[in-house]
Amino acid sequence: MRKLLAVLAGLAMSLAVATVSGADKLKVGFIYVGPIGDHGWTYQHHQGLLAVEEAFGDKVETVYVENVAEGPDAERAITRLARDGAGIIFTTSFGYMDPTNKVAKNFPDVKFEHATGYKRDHPNVTTYSARFYEGRYVIGQIAARMSKSGVAGYIASFPIPEVVRGINSFLLGAQSINPDFKLKIVWVSTWFDPGKEADAAKVLIGQGADIITQHTDSTAPLQIAAEQGVVGFGQASDMIKFAPNTQLTAIIDDWAPYYVARVKAVLDGTWESMDTWDGMGPGMVAMAPYTNLPDDVVAMAKETEAKITSGEFHAFTGPIHNQEGEMVIGEGEVLDDGVLLGMNWYVKGVDDKLPQ
Amino acid sequence: MTALEAVLLTIITASTPLLLAAVGELVVERSGVLNLGVEGMMVMGAVCGFAGAYTTGSAAVGIVAGLGAGVAMSLVFGFLTQTLVTNQVATGLALTLFGLGLSGLIGEAFTGLPGVKLGAVHIPGLSDLPFVGPVLFGQDVLVYASIAITVLVAWVLARTRIGLVIRATGGNHHSAHALGYNVIAVRYACIAFGGACSGLAGAYLALAYTPQWIENMTAGRGWIALALVVFATWAPLRVAIGAYLFGTVWIMGLYVQGIGIGIPAQLLASLPYLVTIAALVLISGNRILTKTNTPACIGQPFVPDR
Repeated sequence: MRKLLAVLAGLAMSLAVATVSGADKLKVGFIYVGPIGDHGWTYQHHQGLLAVEEAFGDKVETVYVENVAEGPDAERAITRLARDGAGIIFTTSFGYMDPTNKVAKNFPDVKFEHATGYKRDHPNVTTYSARFYEGRYVIGQIAARMSKSGVAGYIASFPIPEVVRGINSFLLGAQSINPDFKLKIVWVSTWFDPGKEADAAKVLIGQGADIITQHTDSTAPLQIAAEQGVVGFGQASDMIKFAPNTQLTAIIDDWAPYYVARVKAVLDGTWESMDTWDGMGPGMVAMAPYTNLPDDVVAMAKETEAKITSGEFHAFTGPIHNQEGEMVIGEGEVLDDGVLLGMNWYVKGVDDKLPQ
Repeated sequence: MTALEAVLLTIITASTPLLLAAVGELVVERSGVLNLGVEGMMVMGAVCGFAGAYTTGSAAVGIVAGLGAGVAMSLVFGFLTQTLVTNQVATGLALTLFGLGLSGLIGEAFTGLPGVKLGAVHIPGLSDLPFVGPVLFGQDVLVYASIAITVLVAWVLARTRIGLVIRATGGNHHSAHALGYNVIAVRYACIAFGGACSGLAGAYLALAYTPQWIENMTAGRGWIALALVVFATWAPLRVAIGAYLFGTVWIMGLYVQGIGIGIPAQLLASLPYLVTIAALVLISGNRILTKTNTPACIGQPFVPDR
């Protein structure tokens, strides 16, 4: 068995690393949690890689590793990129947080950029994320307007603040239209498993949800929604071509400008450790075209989107109550980023116990 | 459609690919060969199944293409391990990685295209019965195939001469050889059968489970199938129990969450594995039977004397 594991580990290490060789170029590395072909999360990060290639041409060389499991495998993959001479490495999933910081310690000259995390243990680590929750507020409002049963099904991955924040924001948006709106949540404990995501969608629809939304990376839930005659939202990327009559809109992560800016900073020698958390305002989060919706709902969604973009409105504006009914913040106040980043509680109305 | 009906249908869908792949691998292992490439053959079955169905518009062509891809992959494994006598563990793992990579390459042209859904069989009269109709008589052809194959394998292994030869090959290849059986040929045939089953499992994923091609869409199901074979102590009917038990607990885990019962999701996610292993270990309690079922020559290369 040990031998088998050793062989496995060895083979895992030799996972396809796509690379273009060349000297004196800045090597830009990416670690992806899923395949580029997920047409969701990883696909969008890869669009960022392509934008970097486009922007700098011969000055950079890009390398990426797909399907890197969160955990020890990630540490090996990141180490390998660092050892292969990458100047800057983007690790694009929450679960790479500790591995990224661990490797960063051993390679002080390499710049590390970790997506959606909060640990910057070393001066060569930067974190960045997008305010996806802004988009979730908009789709929550749409869900409440479009649902006949008043119940949405939410396919969630892991109980980390980013996901919990999304659930809360979605429900706050829905409650702003229909105070009695209900949310059914299924945790699938994976970012990417089309089969399991599809199973979860089927179960949720079977239990009365007529809107399906997800915080996982594949297009499967949307396609199940299409098959069963309910509607849903794309996640991370515009998934309209997978469900042309079903997707109402999608929350799009646009990493390209950020990646281009960060690579430029390395080339210019101005890179330093920082934390970025951008939303609709700077364009890191965008909404896909509103489709399959009546005009008045589109108008409402556009208005909310515009208000969030301009900074006039914040998704977490009080009064907000937690599940126990205690008021967290009062009328007109806004939750600060610290609370949002560590969010591990549900707002009132979520019919689920948060896995701890 | 009642809620219970919907759950049962989902359970059948979740269990079928596991059963198909596991029962195929069972035959391979009973002949004394360990093919760890199930995941790779399955994913190739999925991409070729999708491609075949998409280009011709016929799910039947997709099934044949998936099956063919599985067989082709398994024959690569067969050639390497039987003819060139390479290490089976390493070759199997390589087959998985190769399959995942090659399927991604082939599938590039097919990502994001609408798939062809394998239709349900409609048996006049029976399929319209309330409740039992859709659950028992309204499935697609691959679901029935998975059950038929399992029963067939159980019968062939236990009751026929072919089964005896396969078991002899797995139990002691030198004796089988001395008796005049062509060990390599038997193993080639079993490997191809296993490939066909894995290919069908993949085709099921891409045609019925989630009718589309997504890279890496098998998501580890090949490994679960492999584990099922071992925990079911190489007995076909136990493999079926294991596959359905796994599917049931897996779907119930999702179902319970949707109702809003406060069981930690992490526990629910691990339950299918725990319950299946516990149950199969319990029903495999008979040590002597387990020992007789275990192919003694598994993973060992055989080179006939010249």
